[in-house]
Parts: sequence; structure tokens; C-alpha cells
Amino acid sequence: MASILAVDDSASMRQMVSFTLKGAGYTVVEAVDGVDALNKAKGQKFDCVVTDVNMPNKDGITLIKDLRGLPDYKFIPMLMLTTESGMDKKQAGKAAGATGWIVKPFNPEQLLKTIKKVLG
Amino acid sequence: MSIDMAQFHQVFFEESFEGLDVMETGLLNLDMGDVDDEEINTIFRAAHYIKGGSGTFGFTSVSDFTHVMETLLDEMRDGRRQVTQTAVDVLLGSVDCLREMLTAISDEQDVDEARVAEHKKTLEIELNGGEVKTDSATETGSEAVVSEAGTITDSSVNSDGEQGWHIAFSPHAHLLKTGNDPVRMFRELSHLGELTATVDFQGVPGFYDLDPEECHLSWDLKIAGDIPEAEIDDIFDWVEEECDLAIQPLSAKSTKAEQSAATQTVDESIQAKTEKTPLQAETAKPVPATENSKPKNDKNKEAAKSGAKGSSSIRVDTGKIDTLINMVGELVITQSMLSLVGEHFELNKLDQLKNGLSQLERHTRELQESVMNIRMLPISFVFSRFPRLVHDLSTKLDKKIELVLVGENTEVDKTVVELLSDPLVHLVRNSLDHGIEMPADRIAAGKPETGTITLEAYHRGGNIVIEVKDDGKGLNKDVLRAKAIEKGLIDEAAILTDKQTYELIFMAGFSTAEKLTDVSGRGVGMDVVRRNIQTLGGNIEIISELGKGSTIAIHLPLTLAILDGQSIAVGDERFIIPLGAIIESVNVNESMINRVAGKGETFRLRDEYIPIVRMHEIFGVKTAQALKLTDGLLVVVEGQGMRCGLFIDDLLGQQQVVIKSLEANYRKVEGVSGATILGDGSVALILDIPGLVRLSNQ
Repeated sequence: MASILAVDDSASMRQMVSFTLKGAGYTVVEAVDGVDALNKAKGQKFDCVVTDVNMPNKDGITLIKDLRGLPDYKFIPMLMLTTESGMDKKQAGKAAGATGWIVKPFNPEQLLKTIKKVLG
Repeated sequence: MSIDMAQFHQVFFEESFEGLDVMETGLLNLDMGDVDDEEINTIFRAAHYIKGGSGTFGFTSVSDFTHVMETLLDEMRDGRRQVTQTAVDVLLGSVDCLREMLTAISDEQDVDEARVAEHKKTLEIELNGGEVKTDSATETGSEAVVSEAGTITDSSVNSDGEQGWHIAFSPHAHLLKTGNDPVRMFRELSHLGELTATVDFQGVPGFYDLDPEECHLSWDLKIAGDIPEAEIDDIFDWVEEECDLAIQPLSAKSTKAEQSAATQTVDESIQAKTEKTPLQAETAKPVPATENSKPKNDKNKEAAKSGAKGSSSIRVDTGKIDTLINMVGELVITQSMLSLVGEHFELNKLDQLKNGLSQLERHTRELQESVMNIRMLPISFVFSRFPRLVHDLSTKLDKKIELVLVGENTEVDKTVVELLSDPLVHLVRNSLDHGIEMPADRIAAGKPETGTITLEAYHRGGNIVIEVKDDGKGLNKDVLRAKAIEKGLIDEAAILTDKQTYELIFMAGFSTAEKLTDVSGRGVGMDVVRRNIQTLGGNIEIISELGKGSTIAIHLPLTLAILDGQSIAVGDERFIIPLGAIIESVNVNESMINRVAGKGETFRLRDEYIPIVRMHEIFGVKTAQALKLTDGLLVVVEGQGMRCGLFIDDLLGQQQVVIKSLEANYRKVEGVSGATILGDGSVALILDIPGLVRLSNQ
């Protein structure tokens, strides 16, 4: 089953994302910010990355940009969790190489639906 | 699949409260003249997080409220809005309001809607009346247009009875590098209806020019079925900018046979590049927040219900848990070693057994320490609320005060931390209100205009000491004395030491404030503070110098679960006296003993007369060996500033005991604060010294 890297500095969101995805049978590794995520992504190849945008140390957009630079992550779907007000963030994310986004607030069903969209 | 979101609520609340603290600290740290971008960013992130979380977990009124704060902060962050003191104050107020909302929701109480609405209005006024022209009005306008257009498109589709869509999709070469994959998109489309795809190879370059990481194909897609356009849009939502896309409804009358012929016309229509207008593209976006964020109190409560059952949890540093796991590992090794020894025990294995046992003892002790350590929290949990308190109160009182925090990382038991908060607030308020003088008075007294309040925590022995120090006017002994006499608390002729005079302020019904303010001085106060501290097994002392300031020091045990005790023997019974309460132990001779008719026995220790408590009488121990005072020992103990001598048979060892509640397992017994289980399995009662002293003085 596909493995997913879930990145969010908020523990409750991270738990929610991780719990939902694990429930659907995915293998999930959690990271607390961009720096943590990048380290984890280098140690193991994930099939998909789901990241929050606003984070300390390294934000989601920089993370996506950095990951896209790695050969292993050239074509890996990367989704960002963003709020409806963040249209400019979506643009910045796309420019950095994000595959798509999940609009916050979202519920577990929406999350799974979106993940299925990229992982099947 | 359905997931119970309530399981995440507890974490969400904890994080939200932390976020609020972060916002508060950040806001207080903001320097109007020179605003630190990172500070604003941190505040923004906290607000952003609370908004996102509350939206996700169904607390719409919270997310609605935070949204306004977030917008305000966002403008500050982008430099579109000046950071003003008014704005900061409004935000601080909102933090309070938000905290109340979250507390109410997590406690399953009603949210004070009126207060929330009022605060939100203040925020909105600040947002709109600030120094920046917001474009929120235009945004709302365009949203309205969008949704209108959306309805029109959708309804036209339905009324025409469209049977499907024709999609011309030419991805740009770099599409794959965003992690998007046409094949996956087609798979999604095929879930919606029957999909026919025709690929166009024309864009593919010659073999030598071919970059396998680029996409040079384009597709002609037909999808049959009654599908809302929004669902098609959804699938292409992420790649809108990475492709040329044209979505056209199939002709209503086109039948299967006619379809090939129809392709021609459709192609023409593509060439006409009737691309979707941006306006239509917007229709796929989620409903504007305003629509689903009306405060729904019931729903909020519903959502909170199973999440917060008043359970209290604690965040523990992973390092501490690792230590614990390590210790348990060691313990398991020792245990297996011992069981090996025990399996075929011979006398020559005695050394091994002794070794094992001493190892077991060491590991158990370390394990105990590590477990206790888990409950330890830095005192900063209490201290962190004071910058705000001092900020607010000093503004209110027109005083200039600087707060200095020292030793914030000093760790103390969680229960102590929680119970310490209120007494400390009271003490700091007192210092602010009564201690520090008005700026003018300070200058007149030759002091710096700005007063200083220092909160300091440090460890001393098995205790934690917390000091509240101010450089204000100090306590005036004459005023205290006059006041106490006026209130009838002491006799006019009473001779008091300095210490006793200062301690007058701990007496019930004593307040020196010339007028009562809402900051402090409601008459109930210091007596309650002292009682609370004593309940925690601590004591409180005052050092003061007129004109220079006062220091109030609170001494507390580090933990409430373990006690350093002196075990004593009275007949067959064992009792535990908290070590800190013991002054000394003495043998008395007949000449020291006084018997006062109707007032019991006292003995003279240096120049002091100390009442005697015969333990065997109070606790009905029939096996007591020493019945004459000269045969046993008198342990002098102190509680609530008074002393008494406990008459016992003998002193045994000192040891740490684990406190078990007697009230929870039996009922409250006067003179006893709890019980513990000794090494031999017997139960020993832990003496409540203040209670016994009270008894003896009656």
C-alpha cells in the first residue's frame, strides 16, 4: 500500500490526517514542519506528500520546492492543505511544484477522496 | 467510512490554548516603533491554526471569529496595515474572548453569544476603520456575482438536458513535473460517466529531441452522462494553468451514430477557443465561508461533547518517556536475573541474590524518580500569564511597571502548578496595587519612575520557592498595627515582632487599601492565599522594608504525591510526620512541665511554653509504652506559625512515603492528612500537623 508523508505543525490536524489515511490502509509518516519532513523524505521514498502551508522553520511551499528538486520526488504527487482565503498561496504552491490542494476546513471523507484522486 | 472527529478535540483544545498563549505573549512583545516581522508571523500562525482546526472540527463560531482576527493579522504581516496600540489592544481582547469561547465549548457550556458578537464587531470596526483600505467589500461583491453565474450555468445544463461533455485537453509540457498525471485524471473522469479518449500525437517531437519527462500529447475526451460541470471542473481544478482546456457540452440531440460526424463541429468550436471564462471557473470553488459559518451553538456543543469529558492530560517531553522505557527495560533484566537465581537457589548464590536486590532497589528508585518527573512542569506555565496581567493592570492604574521573570524553567508538580496560579495572581495584584507607587510619588521618593516586580522561582532542598518581589513602598508596620487594632484583630497592648506584624495581613478581614479598587482589596484575600498555600503543604513569609519594597516568598513541596517523612512509634502504631514540620525532638524532665487547669499540659522550651499533645490519647493507642511524659520523647512541630509538642514513644527512621488519600478510601479523620503503606505492608497514618496544632491550642 502506498506510503504518505503528512506534514503539519498542529498535532490535532496531523493526527486527524494521519488517522484518516491509516484507516484507509495507507502507511503514514508524520512530520512536524518542513525541515523534519525534508529529512524524513530523504530517508524513505513516499508515494505522496500532504503538507500544511503555514509552518515554522520551513513552510509548506518551500518544502514542496525542495522536494521537487530531489530525483525521487520529481513526479510524486504533493498536496497542500490551504484555506479558502489562500488563493495567492495556491499560485505560489503551483509555482513551487505542488500537484494540488485540499481546502481547509475539510473532513476525512474529502481528504480520502482527494488522496484517491492522486493515488488511486 | 466515518471517523469520529471527537477523538481529536482534546488535542485541538490544548493546542488552541497554547496558540492563544503564543498570541498573547507575541502581542505583548510587539514594539510599536519597530515591529518584528517574525513576531507578527508567529501570532498570525497561531490564529491561522485555530481557525483551520476549529473549522475542521466543526466549531464554526470559533473559526468565524478567528477569521476576522486572521484577516487583521494578515494585513499587518504583509505590511498593508500599521501596527497600532489600539489594534493590539483589540486583538488582546479578542484573544480573551476566544479563550472564553474555547473554554465554554470544551466544558460543554453555553458560549456567551452577546459578548462574542460585541467583540467581533469591535474587531470588524478595527478591520474596516484601520489605516488601510480593505477590499473586502469588492470581494463580497464578486463572490455574489460568481455564485449567481454558477447557478445560471448549472441550471442551463440541467434544463437543456445535456447528455455529456466534450473536453479538449492539451497539457503543457511541464505538467508531469507538478506531480499531476493525465492518466489519473482520466480515471477520475471515467468514474463520472462513459469516457472516450482520443489521443493526438502531433506535438511529440522527433526521437532525439524527446525529453521523456515532458508531456507532448494532447487529448480529445468525450464523457457521456448527466454530469454537473462542477464535477468536471473539479478534476481539472489543479491543472488549469498547466494546460489548454476547453469544456463544451455535447449537443443534446447527438446520438451515438451521429457522434463521429459531430466531432467535426466540436473541433471547430474548439478552434474558436471558447474557453471557459474565469468567472465560470470560479463556480467550482467551495462555498464562501460566510455561508456555512453562522454561529451554530448547538452544533458546536455537539461536536465538543465526546471530545472533552473533563479529562485532564499532560504533555510530556519525549526524552522523559525514553528514560522511563529505559528504566523499565533495566527492571525487566534485573527481574529475569533474580528469577534465574531463585529457580535453583543454593546458598552460594547468596551474593548474586544480594547484588540483584540492590540493583532492584536502585532501579525502583530511579523508576520512581522518572515517573515523578513526568508530572513535573516548568513554572513558566504559571508565570506566562503575568506579563499580560501586569500590562493590563498597570495601564488601568496608570502606573509604570516592569515585570521580571526569573527561573521560569524551574520544574514543579503539575498539581502544584495548577493550584499555585490563583494565589500568585493575588500576590502580584497586591504588589501592583498596594506596593508600587504612582510614577510621581516614585520620582519624589528618589526612585526610578518605572517600578519593578520580580517573579522568581528556584529549588531549595525538597522545596520550590517562589518569590514575588517589588520595589514599592513596603509595608508600614505602624499602619498595619493601627489597622489591626481598629478591626479588633489584635489587642491594643499586644507586643508583636516584625514578623508577626507583617503576618497580620494574612488574617481574615484585613485590608489596608485606603479605598477598595477592583484590582485588589476586596477584603477576602491574603487569608485565602495563605490557606491555599498551606493546603498544598507549604508556607508563606514576608520580608519588607519601608520605602524599599516587599518580598513575599512561598515555599512549597515539589510534589504532592511523595513526602519526606519521619516515622515515629506510639505503641504498636506507626505514624509519619512531614519532615519539614519538625523543629526538634526533646526529652523533658518534670521541672519543664506545667499543668494548667482546664487548659491541658504545656512544657517550657527555652522561653516558650508549648502545648503537649499526647499521641496515644488522641489516637487511642492502648499499647503505648511511655505513659509518663518523662519516659517518652516530645517532637516539637510547627504549623500555621504555632507550635506544639507531640508526645511519642520513639523516633524511627526517615523515609520517603507515597501519600494515599484517606478521604478517598475511608473518610476524613481529624489530625490525619493521609496514609501510606510501609515496607512491611502495614499502614501508617500521616499526621496533619496544622490540624494537630489547632487541636492543641483549643
